[in-house]
Amino acid sequence: MSALPPIHIVDSADPLATPRRVALVRPDIRPAVRRREEPWVMTFPHLIVREVILFQIVVIGLALAAIFFDAPLQGIANPLETPNPAKAPWYFLGLQELLHYFPPVVAGVLMPTLAIVALVVIPYARVNLTAGPLWASRSQRTAVVIGIVTVLLVALFAAFACWPVVAPTLAVAAAIFAARGGERRGRLRQALARVTLPEWIMTWFVVIATILTVIGTFFRGPGWSLVWPWNAAVFG
Amino acid sequence: MREMSLGSLGSRWRDTALYRSIVRHGIADTNRNGALIIFENLFLHVHPVKVRKKTLRFSHTYWLGGITLACALVLIATGILLMFYYHPSVPQAYRDMKELEFVVENGMFLRNLHRWAAHLMVFAAFLHMLRVFYHRAYRPPRQFNWVVGVVLLLVTLLLSYTGYLLPWDQLALWGVSVGTNMAKEAPLIGEQIRFLLLGGHVVSENALLRFYVLHCVVLPVALLLLLSVHIWRVRKDGGVQGPPEESDERGEIP
Repeated sequence: MSALPPIHIVDSADPLATPRRVALVRPDIRPAVRRREEPWVMTFPHLIVREVILFQIVVIGLALAAIFFDAPLQGIANPLETPNPAKAPWYFLGLQELLHYFPPVVAGVLMPTLAIVALVVIPYARVNLTAGPLWASRSQRTAVVIGIVTVLLVALFAAFACWPVVAPTLAVAAAIFAARGGERRGRLRQALARVTLPEWIMTWFVVIATILTVIGTFFRGPGWSLVWPWNAAVFG
Repeated sequence: MREMSLGSLGSRWRDTALYRSIVRHGIADTNRNGALIIFENLFLHVHPVKVRKKTLRFSHTYWLGGITLACALVLIATGILLMFYYHPSVPQAYRDMKELEFVVENGMFLRNLHRWAAHLMVFAAFLHMLRVFYHRAYRPPRQFNWVVGVVLLLVTLLLSYTGYLLPWDQLALWGVSVGTNMAKEAPLIGEQIRFLLLGGHVVSENALLRFYVLHCVVLPVALLLLLSVHIWRVRKDGGVQGPPEESDERGEIP
């Protein structure tokens, strides 16, 4: 076995000198650096076969749905005859539900814009990168801040009588405080104690979006009044 | 006369100069051929030749991005077929829905497939985003791909929404009216945005034509371009990222 080639240290101001064996590595930039020894498999067949099977499952599932359930079709569009209620497609019914509580510029423009901006900046905010549990440090200050933010949010949404947001906000705040100092007690509280601040915020957002969408889809009837699902014009 | 089985026919076909000019590798189950299958194929070579074994586990990604992509492919295929039967004009658009139901062979199946695939795509894309968030897979070096993904989610929503108007029934007209009335509320430019989108002040046949062009040309092209970037970046950023690992959590974040 031959010895490794000698390392030439280029100590020169000459810009044309060719350095050898240069390794300039930023672990945060290049993914390969973090790579540890682990088992690898050939993409063909292992991954390709799984992709094909996945595609087949999706197509078969959709085909079965298409055989058994017909896409809705109502009467021809008539601008003179407004249905009551007029509902948007389901993925916008959370927003339409907010429209019931807030002025249109808030529910239709401000809130969706805020949500999109918040999603885009996630990977650029330091709090999302460190992944430290919420209660890991400065517990007292965290408790005060979380408490104040909760009170402000609840006051804001309660002022507009938007109870479908107030209730989950209180529930999430309760879960956050239940997680405090939970490292030693019970499996659930141990799990809660590891949750980071961004995860709490996203969970809050998802719970609210789900509740608003479900209410808007299944529980709203004529005049956007509360009705039971079997009386609601569900499908859109 | 020599026995002609299907197998021998296949192997004789694979020996022809024509076949060898198209596919340059053999079929023997060797790692070399496995590698050639991937990188001698335009479509498969977004994959690396080898992948980390654990990325194949179901809980690594729940295959949600794959489900979203499968829906997109189904939607493109069914969408092109539906375009053969559709006129973006009033009232012919609505009559075409009836034609699909009562005249065209399997027309209803085609429209159903397109509709349910669209709903599933929106839902799967949303779940895919949540999966990536809770696995913290947006962290460096994948920041930019997260942003591309958020834009892709918006394009998906717009595709679904523009398609919603095309049947030209009451559901379509009023569903779209509700949405575009929200756009009107944007300060300063709201009215102009709405006018640009609808080609008028109310949802009319101008709006139908504009939504049709957006739905069948502009947004699908945008989706395909962004999707290409998205999938290519997955590979460039080191493959799919599953749940965070303990050794990743030792704080090597800058």
